[in-house]
Amino acid sequence: MIARNEVVRVGISDMNIVKAGKTIRTSGLGSCVGIVLYDEFKKIGGMVHIMLPDSSLDRSKKINEAKYADTGIYTLMEILKAEGVRPMSLKAKIAGGAQMFQFGSSDTLRIGPRNVEAVKSELKRLSIPLIAEQTGGSKGRTIEFDPVTAKLSIRSVNEEPIEI
Amino acid sequence: MSPDFQITDFHLDVLKEIGNIGAAHAATSLSQLLNRKVDMYVPSVKLVTFDEMFELAGGAEEHVASIFLRIQGDVTGSMFFMLSIESANHFIQLLTGDEAFDFHQPPVSEIGASSMQELGNILSGSYLSALSDFTSLNIQPTVPSLGVDMVGAIISYGLIEISQYSDEVIVIDTEIRENDNPDTKAIKGNFFLLPDPDSYMTIFRSLGVL
Repeated sequence: MIARNEVVRVGISDMNIVKAGKTIRTSGLGSCVGIVLYDEFKKIGGMVHIMLPDSSLDRSKKINEAKYADTGIYTLMEILKAEGVRPMSLKAKIAGGAQMFQFGSSDTLRIGPRNVEAVKSELKRLSIPLIAEQTGGSKGRTIEFDPVTAKLSIRSVNEEPIEI
Repeated sequence: MSPDFQITDFHLDVLKEIGNIGAAHAATSLSQLLNRKVDMYVPSVKLVTFDEMFELAGGAEEHVASIFLRIQGDVTGSMFFMLSIESANHFIQLLTGDEAFDFHQPPVSEIGASSMQELGNILSGSYLSALSDFTSLNIQPTVPSLGVDMVGAIISYGLIEISQYSDEVIVIDTEIRENDNPDTKAIKGNFFLLPDPDSYMTIFRSLGVL
């Protein structure tokens, strides 16, 4: 019998980390972006599923860091650091940022591309190299990352899965 | 939403009544369109997290056909009319006579996609005009858009406004279902009405329950 890997699930505006032996997954990314930060030598990775580009948009009383590109990536990096990962050895893969519908206010309409831009600029600010991405388009995505192979697999409706 | 305003069970009941009135009108429209009997189920109104909202709609990864529109005017928010792919296929086959129509095999015919859009137009229009009459508020739908994709990818687009205020959303969920069809292909769909946070107050005020 083949032992199946346990899957750690990440919800929307949520983050978590995973070590060798488990995979980490988030489902139904539309305009949201899924960001994986990983250390391929320590075989550890983290995933955050962000909805919005910038935490300055927040009007709630208590901010959920995982909701925004800037705070989400930064907080995930801090969590990985607490696990003994050196920021220098972190790499990133991202997917999502689709444009699901063709209408809305101009801000809402462009939320997917804006999320992707914000993610890239935060990665650049933190000097984390972006190794691979599959962003844009008009389809939803479910993504799963394996910290052992450092591969991110991406599935869309009516399409063959791909790996980046 | 004002920080010291607490939503009570009574308020949720008022929102339930909104789901009732809106969906009853939509069910009548669907019944006329299909010339078949359509049932409506008692609405549920819940305060849920975004992940729970996806679960209500079948799970983030579930493949669905959904009409999405924004509401503008005195009240703002997002509205979805969501069907399983099987239900949507069945509906379009009935309406167009094209037995081969299948959302699982894109690209789909233009006539099929536009009749789906028209279904959304008619049903959401009757839902919202009933709501507007009931509350005496100005409620305008945008032109509905059709999305055929994963639940999470579709609904998250309607949560963008709300997400700047909160990690939870009030969902007014009503199911309508074709009645006298013994086979499992009966058309069944759910309305999800997600008012933006500022809009609850407007609704409650107009109904005199604030």
